[in-house]
Amino acid sequence: MSVKIFVPRDSTAIALGANDVANAITSQAKAKGEEISLVRNGSRGMFWLEPLVEVEINGERHAYGPVTEEDVKSLFDSNFTQGGKHALSLGKTEQIPFLKNQERLTFARIGITDPVSIDDYVAHEGYVGLKNALGLTQEQIVQQVTDSGLRGRGGAAFPTGIKWNTVRATTGSQKYIVCNADEGDSGTFSDRMVMEDDPFMLIEGMTIAGLAVGATKGYIYVRSEYPHAIDVLNEAIVIAENNNYLGENVLGSGHAFHLEVRVGAGSYVCGEETALLESLEGRRGIVRAKPPLPAISGLFGKPTVINNVISLASVPIIFARGAAFYRDYGMGRSRGTLPIQLAGNIKQGGLVEKAFGVSLREMLYDFGGGTRSGREIRAVQVGGPLGAYLPQSQFDTPLDYEAFLALGGTLGHGGIVVFDDTVDMLKQARYAMEFCAVESCGKCTPCRIGSTRGVEALDKVIAGEEREQQIHLVRDLCDVMLNGSLCAMGGMTPFPVLSAMNHFPEDFGIDSKQAGSKNTAKEAA
Amino acid sequence: MSDTVTTDAIDEILTRMAKTEGALLPILHAIQAVEGYVPAEVVPRIADALNVSRAEVHGVISYYHHFRQKPAGKVVVQICRAEACQAVGGYAFAQEAVKALGCDFHETTKDGAVTLEPVYCLGHCACGPSAMINDDVHARMTIERLKTLVERARSQA
Repeated sequence: MSVKIFVPRDSTAIALGANDVANAITSQAKAKGEEISLVRNGSRGMFWLEPLVEVEINGERHAYGPVTEEDVKSLFDSNFTQGGKHALSLGKTEQIPFLKNQERLTFARIGITDPVSIDDYVAHEGYVGLKNALGLTQEQIVQQVTDSGLRGRGGAAFPTGIKWNTVRATTGSQKYIVCNADEGDSGTFSDRMVMEDDPFMLIEGMTIAGLAVGATKGYIYVRSEYPHAIDVLNEAIVIAENNNYLGENVLGSGHAFHLEVRVGAGSYVCGEETALLESLEGRRGIVRAKPPLPAISGLFGKPTVINNVISLASVPIIFARGAAFYRDYGMGRSRGTLPIQLAGNIKQGGLVEKAFGVSLREMLYDFGGGTRSGREIRAVQVGGPLGAYLPQSQFDTPLDYEAFLALGGTLGHGGIVVFDDTVDMLKQARYAMEFCAVESCGKCTPCRIGSTRGVEALDKVIAGEEREQQIHLVRDLCDVMLNGSLCAMGGMTPFPVLSAMNHFPEDFGIDSKQAGSKNTAKEAA
Repeated sequence: MSDTVTTDAIDEILTRMAKTEGALLPILHAIQAVEGYVPAEVVPRIADALNVSRAEVHGVISYYHHFRQKPAGKVVVQICRAEACQAVGGYAFAQEAVKALGCDFHETTKDGAVTLEPVYCLGHCACGPSAMINDDVHARMTIERLKTLVERARSQA
């Protein structure tokens, strides 16, 4: 029997040379006359070990990594196909602490299966949820989602069940399920991993959403920066159609559900749901005023469920295992698990799925192992470009939506970007304003003008001109942006700016008394 | 744009896609995939096919960073400028890249071969700095590797 060898096809693994490693393994095996079957699996999410090569021996996977093309010959020489010892041996994959200490629900299959094998998906609890949902009424499906406590994982944390119920109860000749896969936050890649490494899970989640609200058409809006995800999704949709999981008559149930991938075009603000809908309709990605809510008048004016990838990908397990199973993870009003992404200057960067409530410190040190540079962690930005910069004194904050709001920040999409003590927080504050200026859709004045004036004022601070007045001006601008912007782009850009000023005043050339004198991020939130 | 093959390709795209829901972005993507950019001459034809104004089409093209209004070099280098890459030397890497390529962001080298563009996150944030050279993604970049990869892409282009 041929030995099963796994080399990930996840794009981060590819960016680190996985394709070259896979080719080298194939040719070495041929040269040695060893019979192997090579599986291109998803990534386990331990990116510092990628390319991570695994060998299956007696049903257990043994890991080697990070493997380069040049290592492959020596791996074969040390008989790794039989589990032979090598300098890159990591032991049994499941026993690696980073993986072992996680609570993987949404990511349960990721890294284990071949992403585009529907047999693999079904063999690992795939489509159990859909089959269960097909036996329920629309009301019962929505109730299960509500009971699970699932909240929007894109960052806004709105209860998914309430959103679905609004769409279900609204009449419309056509309803839509839209998946927001415009994962633009730096430091996040969980959506990308789901799409590349377990696309059927997203397809199944969207199909259940369609059943729940009576929608027959779904769109996945993927950012153009994710070409691999786009390809895998398109491939998976065709496979799902050919196997009757999508189409006019899903699994013979009489329900129709069609799915299509649409590609974004490099606009961060299109991650805002109404801007995304504008973009899908073929216009500039300009934010719409709410109301009307998309649930009532969304895509092409029709009732529309618009959810993040992780929200929709969390649905299958809720229906496979039950709402209570999911709800029993977590803390407070944050139920279930969060795929956390450790990024930036981190020794062990990657994907950690844990129940809500784990502390930031555990993430940074127990999972992350501190900085990649070996220096002290000075600041971490949680929740993407609109998230606050947290100093060490806040590292005991639990990962919980409410706890982060109370700090004047956001848990957002679960991205954590780590900076060591060489970071210049004044520069980071300026970048936050600059990013907002580049990406603002321009519809509302606080965001469009505020961010540009913010860059100008911070440039003067950098140049040492009228420092005190300029900082006063930045705080005023932040106040206007926070309270007067139409969406989170302008409304949350002040989070990184104010938190940088409040927690790291020395970088702004101001003393801490002055830093805390007016509208702290906490008060502002 | 002057040769008939390309004109036929645009016709084919417009005929095939004009009736789809929200057709404009998919059409622009298809045209850019063929042409490498969206030539100004096609704007009136898209507007006709979709029954919208030329201003609306132009507005969409100019709004989105992804759509180009002029041709790019054979080698497009995208370097991530976002926070996770900044945390691992992204600023310095970007500056070195500008120096090594001899052109700034949003510009093309004098010989017309290489275009340098900023990108805000490629999703490899645990392994920065990240870059994309044409369709290939690269993580944990160094300036030496960038030079080698760009040279290789140049010779293949």
